[in-house]
Amino acid sequence: MGKNLFQKVWEKHEVYKLPGGRSQLFIGLHLIHEVTSPQAFSMLRELGLGVAFPDRTFATCDHIIPTDDIKRPFADPLAEEMMQAIEKNTKDFGIKFFSPETGYQGVVHIVGPEMGLTQPGITVACGDSHTATHGAFGAIAFGIGTSQVRDVLATQTMAINNFKVRKIFLKGKLGKAVYSKDIILNIIRKLGVNGGIGYAYEFAGDVIDKMSMEARMTICNMAIEGGARVGYINPDQTTYSYLKGKPYAPKGGDWDRMLNYWESIKSDSDATYDDVVELDINNLEPMVTWGINPEQCIGISENIPADDSNSVKEALEYMKLKPGQKMKGEKVDVVFIGSCTNGRLEDLREAARYLKGHRVAKGVKAFVVPGSYTIRKQAEAEGLHSIFIDAGFEWRLPGCSMCLAMNPDQLVGDQLSVSTSNRNFKGRQGSSTGRTVLASPVTAAASAVAGVISDPREVFSI
Amino acid sequence: MSLGPIKKVSGRGVPIIGDDIDTDRIIPARYLKCVTFDGIGEFVFYDERFNPDGSSKGHTIDNPKFKGANIILTGNNFGCGSSREHAPQSIKRAGFNAIIAESFAEIFFGNSLMLGIVCATMPKSEILEIVRIVEDKPEEVIDIDVEKKSLIIGGKVYNIEIKDSAQKAFLEGTYDSLGELMRNIELVKEFEKGLPYRF
Repeated sequence: MGKNLFQKVWEKHEVYKLPGGRSQLFIGLHLIHEVTSPQAFSMLRELGLGVAFPDRTFATCDHIIPTDDIKRPFADPLAEEMMQAIEKNTKDFGIKFFSPETGYQGVVHIVGPEMGLTQPGITVACGDSHTATHGAFGAIAFGIGTSQVRDVLATQTMAINNFKVRKIFLKGKLGKAVYSKDIILNIIRKLGVNGGIGYAYEFAGDVIDKMSMEARMTICNMAIEGGARVGYINPDQTTYSYLKGKPYAPKGGDWDRMLNYWESIKSDSDATYDDVVELDINNLEPMVTWGINPEQCIGISENIPADDSNSVKEALEYMKLKPGQKMKGEKVDVVFIGSCTNGRLEDLREAARYLKGHRVAKGVKAFVVPGSYTIRKQAEAEGLHSIFIDAGFEWRLPGCSMCLAMNPDQLVGDQLSVSTSNRNFKGRQGSSTGRTVLASPVTAAASAVAGVISDPREVFSI
Repeated sequence: MSLGPIKKVSGRGVPIIGDDIDTDRIIPARYLKCVTFDGIGEFVFYDERFNPDGSSKGHTIDNPKFKGANIILTGNNFGCGSSREHAPQSIKRAGFNAIIAESFAEIFFGNSLMLGIVCATMPKSEILEIVRIVEDKPEEVIDIDVEKKSLIIGGKVYNIEIKDSAQKAFLEGTYDSLGELMRNIELVKEFEKGLPYRF
């Protein structure tokens, strides 16, 4: 019987089987940011340890960085302290830091791929749960905690249990104004926020094969929201074309050698899986969340469930919504386009394409946070920023921004935001009573224009 | 890395009822703005415990009858969301060293293991039974035996599930993995030379 990509890549990186049953897994690429790494460096210093392979760790700053004014010192002294810590730690231990001055700073899961660091067949770890994003390239990528960041710095390995693999086979074609964000929300709705615990998700099907790398990253990014720490897609020509010429991508003879490796780690046609799920996407609509976790979502024309389970009641009470009502028509206060889920060039292009000639409704605060400087520069070269600004959006500097609101971009009181990010948890966007509705960039743009949660197919006559 | 085997956890329980209690609820992102974990314990479940004006919401953690409890009793998919170790760090620093749930989110489970927090699972009906006992008699002591995978309260013995690899790590005192990993550092260096890629 054949093997799947996960099994092949795992075997290539398993250094040792630890006595307790876990594997000592080699981490080929370690990405760090300012929030989950400072304590790890402190632990190293306390233990008198160094970084084993400094050339396999890369740093950026994304979570706390302001998106309006990055003049130093930052207005928030705690943010400044964290920035200084990553500057010092990367300098002291010889780690490459994509700081704002380099022109490459951005959200860690956007910077890795666009620098060509994220490649097929590698293992990637980062102290951030959305590390699964890198799985879009056929890498095995997952989030880790700070003590594990310490382990990876000290040994480039970590102790981890093996995963089961579930193949999610998508059948059918995407409808108008339906995107990979809508697909992954639908997957989480069907399989549940805890359905993926213990699993790596392999996403497959014709629709995946035809998808751009950006759209694939959106899907893998949210695997963790379905409980799966790892999500991946087999590499193909789309992957290789994206990678070719990127700063850290293999060059010359190395490219051909690596291409052979990449082809070798793809799932075999007779690969075995622990589980296979088939989902039909033919009738999928633009999706929006109505509750306090990503599983609580519906198609834009559907009604919120009317059942009286505790989880529905708790969610609706927090969201100030009624059972059985529609999300369409709910008043919107804030629209946020950005994050490691939907802050890439393609997301901005798609939103701008439809926003052209429209205006953000009065009373709505709308802003775009490009995922990185690379994206921001390219978007400006294409004139996308003018479209956003003319429509009434603010055009910001790169960072995680209001995805988790550790910087000054935060909801106030019980404001409702339509957000292209990944989590609608209680208090996620900076206010303990703030309400988050997750959606695709085009649904977010439509809702900004209408001032209420809207079906983009209606607002933009798609 | 002050490691010693963890064979038993004893103490009193506090119910934190609900499913999918996420890491943003355990520790809101604004309390992640720190370069050390010191002092993070006081912010555990902050927005669940306090209103925006600082008044108490009457969370079970703040209920005097559960004061001093060290074992959390909760629901399904506990700790879902972010990889922030700040979540189990805040739980541990607030004085908890075991969590009984229907299931745990994976990254949270791994982070808790590293810190020596015993995460064990039980069926919902049994957790609710124990919750009823501690609601009635909060002083009743819960004894968790990691080796036997059992929990005793009020003379009644329950089976609990602890992942085998985690159980072993607790019993052998290797739950903080660094020591084990460092032992093989020469092997790792050799291994790295054979990897097909570097940057």
